[in-house]
Amino acid sequence: MAEHDMGYEEKIAWAGVIVSIVHFTIYLSVLLTRAATTPMPETPYVDAMLWSIGVAIMVMIVVSIIVAVTTGKHGRETDIRDKQITARAEFTSRGLLIAAALTALIFAMLELDPFWIANVIYLGFFFSAMLEAITKIALYRRGMPAW
Amino acid sequence: MVKPTRVTNRIRALRFAAGELTQAELAERVGVTRQTIIAIEQGKYSPSLEVAFQIAHALGVRLDEVFGYPSTENRTES
Repeated sequence: MAEHDMGYEEKIAWAGVIVSIVHFTIYLSVLLTRAATTPMPETPYVDAMLWSIGVAIMVMIVVSIIVAVTTGKHGRETDIRDKQITARAEFTSRGLLIAAALTALIFAMLELDPFWIANVIYLGFFFSAMLEAITKIALYRRGMPAW
Repeated sequence: MVKPTRVTNRIRALRFAAGELTQAELAERVGVTRQTIIAIEQGKYSPSLEVAFQIAHALGVRLDEVFGYPSTENRTES
């Protein structure tokens, strides 16, 4: 098997996948537990969503610092390839974010409960972040196709 | 697996010809990360023309001695 030396950006992408899965699973568990006793649109979600987003951001900051410290000076360096991979991954995942925003727009026009609007946007954030991180990892491991 | 790029290179051989130059040393001279040199050597990344010239300069050879590209004739034959 060919050698694969994981750089700083790839390690952060892996951390992003793990943190995203964990924080979304916890949010979903809290929401579904609460929804067991309340109709879904009336389920309190704001506190759980804010905590979930806040904790995920904090954890990613801490993980980034730990990875940076353990990787060493040269390992933290990034170059044009990292920028190209990031741009390609963002481009790939943008579609999901737009789809979520459009769905939220339609929900708002239909005057659905804010619960559905907030959650469809949150779902869009989650899937778009996941796709971005997975695309990054794939590009780092399998190579960057020419445009 | 389909290679991400059809650009071929002789970086590995030229590194050794240039006095056992390591990937890290070449990366330092070119101003990219070691991971990028590894990706280019393995044909997983096609560098920009600017980086390609810098690699050739760092190895002390011409650009076409480092990088190659199969011609259209070869492609139709294969």
